[in-house]
Order: sequence, then C-alpha cells, then structure tokens
Amino acid sequence: MSNVSLTQAIPMLLKAVPRSRNFEAVLLFWVAGIHAFALAQIQLAVSQRMSWDMLYYWAPPTISAWIFHYVLRKYVLNADGLLLPLAFLLNGLGIAMIYRLDLAEITRGGQDLFAERQVWLSCFAMLIAAVVVRLVRNPLVLRRFPYLAGAAAVVLLLLPAAPVIGRTFNGATLWIAIGDLSFQPGEIAKILLAIFFAGYLVSRKGPLSEIGSRVLGMKIPSAKDLGPILLFWVASIAVLVIQRDLGTSILYFGLFLVMIYTATGRGFYVGIGLVMMVTGALVASRLFGYVGARFDAWLAPFATENYTAQGGSYQLVQGLFGMAHGDVIGAGLGSGFPQLIPLAESDFIFAALGEELGLAGIFAILAIYLLIVYRGLRIANTHQDDFSKLLALGLSFVLGLQVFIVAGGVMGLLPLTGLTTPFLAAGGSALLANWSIIALLLVLSDSSLKRVKE
Amino acid sequence: MNRQVRRVGLALTVMFIALFAIASSIQVVRTESLYQDSRNVRASYETYKTQRGSILVGQTEIVTSDAVNDQYRFLRKYDSVLYSAVAGYFSIFTGSSGIERSMNSLLAGQSSAQFFEQINALLDGTPVTGAAVELSLDPAVQRAAWDALGGRKGAVVALDPTTGRILAMVSKPTFDANLMSGHEYDPVNQAYRDYLDDPDKPLVNRAIGGDLYPPGSVFKLIVAAAAIESGRYSTTTTFENLASYRLPGTTTTIQNSSNNTCGEGALVTLEQALIRSCNIPFAMLAVDLGQDRIRAMAELMGFGDEIAIPLSVTPSVYPTNLELSQLALTGFGQFDVRVSPLQMAMTTAAIANQGVIMKPQLVDQVVASNLNVLSQPEPQVFSSPMSRETAALLTRMMVDSVGYGAATNAAIPQVAVAGKTGTAENGPDDPYTLWFTGFAPAESPQIVVTVVVEDGGGIGQNGTGNQIAAPIAKAVMKAALNR
Repeated sequence: MSNVSLTQAIPMLLKAVPRSRNFEAVLLFWVAGIHAFALAQIQLAVSQRMSWDMLYYWAPPTISAWIFHYVLRKYVLNADGLLLPLAFLLNGLGIAMIYRLDLAEITRGGQDLFAERQVWLSCFAMLIAAVVVRLVRNPLVLRRFPYLAGAAAVVLLLLPAAPVIGRTFNGATLWIAIGDLSFQPGEIAKILLAIFFAGYLVSRKGPLSEIGSRVLGMKIPSAKDLGPILLFWVASIAVLVIQRDLGTSILYFGLFLVMIYTATGRGFYVGIGLVMMVTGALVASRLFGYVGARFDAWLAPFATENYTAQGGSYQLVQGLFGMAHGDVIGAGLGSGFPQLIPLAESDFIFAALGEELGLAGIFAILAIYLLIVYRGLRIANTHQDDFSKLLALGLSFVLGLQVFIVAGGVMGLLPLTGLTTPFLAAGGSALLANWSIIALLLVLSDSSLKRVKE
Repeated sequence: MNRQVRRVGLALTVMFIALFAIASSIQVVRTESLYQDSRNVRASYETYKTQRGSILVGQTEIVTSDAVNDQYRFLRKYDSVLYSAVAGYFSIFTGSSGIERSMNSLLAGQSSAQFFEQINALLDGTPVTGAAVELSLDPAVQRAAWDALGGRKGAVVALDPTTGRILAMVSKPTFDANLMSGHEYDPVNQAYRDYLDDPDKPLVNRAIGGDLYPPGSVFKLIVAAAAIESGRYSTTTTFENLASYRLPGTTTTIQNSSNNTCGEGALVTLEQALIRSCNIPFAMLAVDLGQDRIRAMAELMGFGDEIAIPLSVTPSVYPTNLELSQLALTGFGQFDVRVSPLQMAMTTAAIANQGVIMKPQLVDQVVASNLNVLSQPEPQVFSSPMSRETAALLTRMMVDSVGYGAATNAAIPQVAVAGKTGTAENGPDDPYTLWFTGFAPAESPQIVVTVVVEDGGGIGQNGTGNQIAAPIAKAVMKAALNR
C-alpha cells in the first residue's frame, strides 16, 4: 500500500468507504445539519427571526432517516453507504423549499400548505423503504413473480382512467383518489415494470439476442425480435392515450428499451426504439390536442398566444424568470420569489430551487441525482446475478431518465410533462416509489458484495 | 452485460450534461434578457426591498414610500393628481411611467452612482434607501396651469427659456397613481385596465407623448424663422393678398381663417401675415421657400430627435417628399405636420432666448439618503436655430400679435406678452385643436408657455386658439410673474 499514488488511492477510497455504515452515519449527521441550516435561513430571510417551528420540519424526517439507517445496519450491513444520505439530502431540501413556499402562502393569506404533509409523507416513505429492505433482503425473491409484477403494473397504469376513482389534473390523467387521499399509481408502476422486465428478459435473453436473417449485410430482425418491442410500443401509446401524458409514456418506453438493450446487447433495439418513440411523440402531438399544446408551449414559450393560453407556457416562462433571477449563486433561500411560479411546490420545485440556490444549487442537485444514478449503475456493474444486474440498471436508469424529463421540461429543453421531481416535489406516491427504489438498490448492493465474497 | 451498463451510464451522463448546459444558459447567458422581460415582475418586486426615494417639488414631497405591514413593506403614495403626468405611477403588477420609470434606478437605490452607499450599507448594516428626486416644477405655476386648463382635454407646458427648467407640465385627463401602487393584484389590474380602455387615454402625458397634434398656425413661427434665416426674406417682404388660393397642381382652394384677404391692400407683408395669422401668404411662402429649408429649421429645433427630459419625448414630425400642394399646407402647420406641446415650447423658447434653445429639464437635483448630491443637471444648450436678430424680429411680431393681432386674449396689463395662436383642423367635421404659445415679459423673458386644447375645447369648430388657449396661457404667465 505504501507506493499507491494519489490518483490510484481516490478510486480505492471511493470503492471502499461508501459501503461502510459508519460512513453513512457521518454523512447523515452532515445532511441533518444542512437541513437545519436551510430551515433556519428560510425563517430568518422570510420572517427575520428564528422559531422552534423548524424542529417540526427537521426532527421527524431526521429520526426516520436514522431508523432507516438502523434497519440497514441490522439487515444489509454491507449496502451502499451513499444512497441513503444523498436521497435524504434531496428529500430534506424539498421539505425546506416547500416550507418556504408555505411561509409565502401564509404571508399572502393563502390556505394551500404542503410542508406538514410532506414531512409525514417523507417519514412514511422512509419507513416503508425500511420495511422493503427487511422483506426483500434477497432480491432474487422478486424474480419469482415477473408476470405478477407486470400485471400489477398494467392495473396500476389503468387505474387513473377508471371511473369514480380516476382523477385528471392539469390535463393529465395520472391520479386516483379515494376521499381526500390521492395517489399517482404510475410512480409505483415504474418499479413493478422494472421487476417485470428484469425477470422476463433474463428468461428470454437467449432468443432475443439471436440475429435474424441478413439482407445486403444488414441485420433484418425477425418477427420474433420485433414482437416484444412493438407490443410495448403499442402499450406505451395506450398509456399516452389513457393518461394523456407524454412524460409517463416516454419514461416506461425508455425503461423498456434500455433494459432490453442491456439484456441482449443489441443496439438495434435502441435505434429502432428511438425512431418509434420520436415518431410516436410527433404523431401524438398532431393527434392529441393536449400533447400538441405542450409542444407549442415548448417550441415558442415566449409567444403571447402560448403564454396566455390555458395550459400554455405561463408556468414554464415564470419558472425561467425565477431561475434567471437566481443567477449563479441564487437569491438565497427565502429571498427570491418562487411563490410566483404556479405549482412551485410540486411540478416546478426545480425552478424554485434554481431561483433561491442559483446555478450552483442546480449543479449540486443534478450532481446528487447523477451520483445516485452512478451508484445504482455501479451496483449493476458489480453484481454477479443477471436478474439483479438488470433490476439495478433499470431502477437507476428510470430515476435518471425521470430527472432528465422533468428538469429538461422545467428548463425548456423538452416539452413539459406531468412527471414529478424525485425526492424534491410535494407528493406521497412519488416519495414512496423513489424511496422504495433506494431500498431495492440498497438491498441489491448488499447482495452484490455477498456474491463477490462467495 | 457490463459493456451495456457502461453505455447506459454514458447515455445518462450525456443527458445530464445537456441539463447542466441548459441551466447554465438560463442562469448565466440569458439572465439579463429574462430579467428585463416585461412579464417578469421580479425586477419591480426587487425594488420594494429598499425604501424607494421620494419625489419633491419645491421642498414638498409629492411622492413618498410609506412603511406598511405587508410583504412589500413600503406603499408608494401620491399626494396630488396635479403631478401625475410628470411623476407617473409605480406598480408591482403593471409597470411604471413618468419620473418613476425614467429615474427608477436612482429612486430604487440601485444606480451605479449609489454603489459606495450600497457597500457602506452592507458594512454597517443600515438599510439602503433610494435617492430623492427634486423636480424643477414650480408649485404655483403648476397649480395655475392645472386650474386654468380646467375640465378640458389637453396639455400645458411652461419653462424658463434661459435655463430650460420646466416650470409646469399638465396633461388632462389624468390618473390617480395611488390606484395602481396598491399591493393587491385585482384592484390594481382593474384600475389599470380601466385607464387603458378609456378612449381619452388618461395614462398618456400629452405634453410630451401620445399621438402628437397638428400644430396649425403656431407652426408659422418655424416657417417664418426659416424664411428670415434664409436671407431671402425680411419682415417687409410682400405677398399677393388673395382671399382664396388654389393649391399648386390641384383644383383645391384654401382660405384665410377670416374667409377674406389678409387685411387691406393688394399686397401683404410677412409681418402682417404672421400678426394676423393668415394662411394664404404662408402657403405661398412655404412653396417659395422649399421644404428642405423648413425641415432643416424644424430639425434644428428638435423635430425628429429623441429627447429625454429625462422622460422620453415623442419626436415631432415634419413630413418628407412633399408635393407642392402638401408643402403649401405645411406652411400653416396642416397636412402631416405633428408636434408635441413641449416641441412648440422649445420653438418659442428659441425666440424668447435670443435664438438659443436650452435643453428642457424636469429634474433639479438627485439627493442620496446620506444627502450627497448624486446628480444636478446643469443648464445646457440644445441648439441655436436662429440669429439673435431673427429672434428679435419674431418677438416683435408676436408682441404685436397679442397687442392687436390674432392672440389678444393673452394680454396682461403692464406686461409685454409675446404670443402666437393656432387653430388646427383635424378633418372636415372634426373639432379643432387649439393652441397658444408665447412668453413674457417680452423684453426679458421669464417664462414660455405652450397650451394645447383638444376637441375644440368642447365647442367643436366654433372655438379658436385665441378664445380658449390664450386665456389659459395668460393665467400661467401671471402666476409665474407674480412669484
């Protein structure tokens, strides 16, 4: 070890340290401190004084994270040490921003408060994640029920269109509601789909990888090859038609493409899949008014007719104004005007954070997401078992793709969709789903090491 | 499979690089243009963080920011509608106008001149407050102009020709800026919409902007100045004295406003034509003199210029590529000649100030909250469109116009008043636009006053500049001379 250079040492440290639960505990201290600072700064900036109120938004999530940490220590000692602190950092940052928007709402005499709910939903999601860790200590159990998972995913996707319980909001049919409780089943569906694809593809890997007949040097896929992708393309279009949301549809289809590509190693699937996806999106923008309106708002957000249109680009433009106001270092938590952006607490929390934390904050948040995704891909890379490999890849990819679609939408890179910003946005289903993804990744990382040891 | 996993990682990295790039573009490259977008209210929100400076007339604050207990912390208050056209309005929701707009960065404490004040405030923790803007307006003159214009639509501008300081600026109908400085969106937006939808356009400062006015006979001052300056004409140059004149190249005929010849005799002098304000001699003069000389004189006086006082003044227009018939009409300020009242006041100031126009200015000084004077515009020459002799000749004719000519209603006992009226046509059946522009005392001018009254002062085609506009100017002059 004595003649290890610095450049060699850093990757070694990165590989070695993050598996330690002690490392995780140190990071959790840091993260809890960051949250406390964020809440304190918000109170000082908005009301010029600090109050004990902040404990309410700080303590329960922190305690939940520590319970989660304890469960990990007990059941999956060797799991990745970065995932929990990183996800918790985003979760707490989201609570802080939602609390800040609540304060603005109270100042202007409004009643729509979200922070308290978000606190308890976060706690609930983290505790459920702990339960998932406890139940799925061996991820291979998930392999037993691929079709059950697939069927459950389809049911969940269809639920919002069901009578009585289905709900449409901002033009997208993504919700179900029973009484006061509303739920976005698509968020859970993405996990079930990843499990289904992983199980299905592992068992069908051989046939799907076979090369079809060659004509003039080009590989022509057989009907057997095209079958699954066509089927799922049609299914994605069906999701688009039913849920009226391009983002959800692209998220599922993208997940499918990447998983089938990884399982088979055939770039052909990605190539033809992307063509089908773009074609589908373009056709949908022509056929369905709600998709077309989103496209118009995306292409010319500053045009007056789009800006003033119902469901037009007003929100997008207000978000851009906010981010521009944030500049490089941000207005400071509590010192910007994120309350001017409609739905700043959920769909546009990314823009709200961009306004108050600036480009520096946006880079940090994106880097945290990327780090989570990289940790997930690393698990996929090191895992010996193909099912676990595929599942880890699918879960990390779907998280990364969702961030790309949402953040790209808020910043005008892509058309706006109804997807939520993972861990940051107000909303219970998304928290539940994304914390469950973290739980599964943790379990997978633990088992990947066990396998290596064997 | 690991090769595929790495490629997926690469694809995700590329996607995130795209996100980093677009975020940088929004938050670094496009910040300025997004911040300046008129739909972005953040700029005006930002200005509410500091106590905005007051606007003063004399030693009296006419606009103040008062502490209130809401998220904006300060409420903008306007003491009197007398000053609305000049002070403007300042709204969170609907933007700003007037001094509030053109002096915004100083009032908000954000100008570069206040940089060290901001640094100091940062160091010792005292809040920055905006600078106070002291206007050149004279409260007595302003009040006189407001009262004299009464319920009519129009504008009054008064200035000191020797310095360019604007002493009065009134535009009617006007608005109540308090209705738009409120902190609740709905009532503010409603008030703003109502003002915008009002056909009388109360938000427009008619003295310097809006649609401008046809000048009618007050434009003869510019034609006469151009003629005398050309060296080809004197006050005694004569024209054929006709009762009716056929416009060159057309079958259309025009008349003097008297529907008769311009006084007795077969010939009429330039002097008499101006004093009696006859159209036919000036139509002939314009054709003879040529459009280029008239336009050159007009432009020397400020036509076509973007003038900031610091409110921006809509440039007055002398049309181009005129046919002879059109040129003839411009001789007495008809056809497409369009002027602002301030432009006519500047023209008159050239005559009053021995041929030199001083740059009009509304601001006396800007004082920071630490009492440092941040800005104090010095009197500045705008242009010298005519010689001292030409100015003296025009003064004499304008004094005679008030003495026995077309502008008699501006006469003040024991004071030599110089003046010129105008009664401009807008269309065959439309009410006239009535003008008076002049100064007093003629021998050592203290005040130039220009008055415009729209819609014939409410009596259609029956009113004249002398009947309606001249008495208003007289009242303003008296207020200035009695100070």
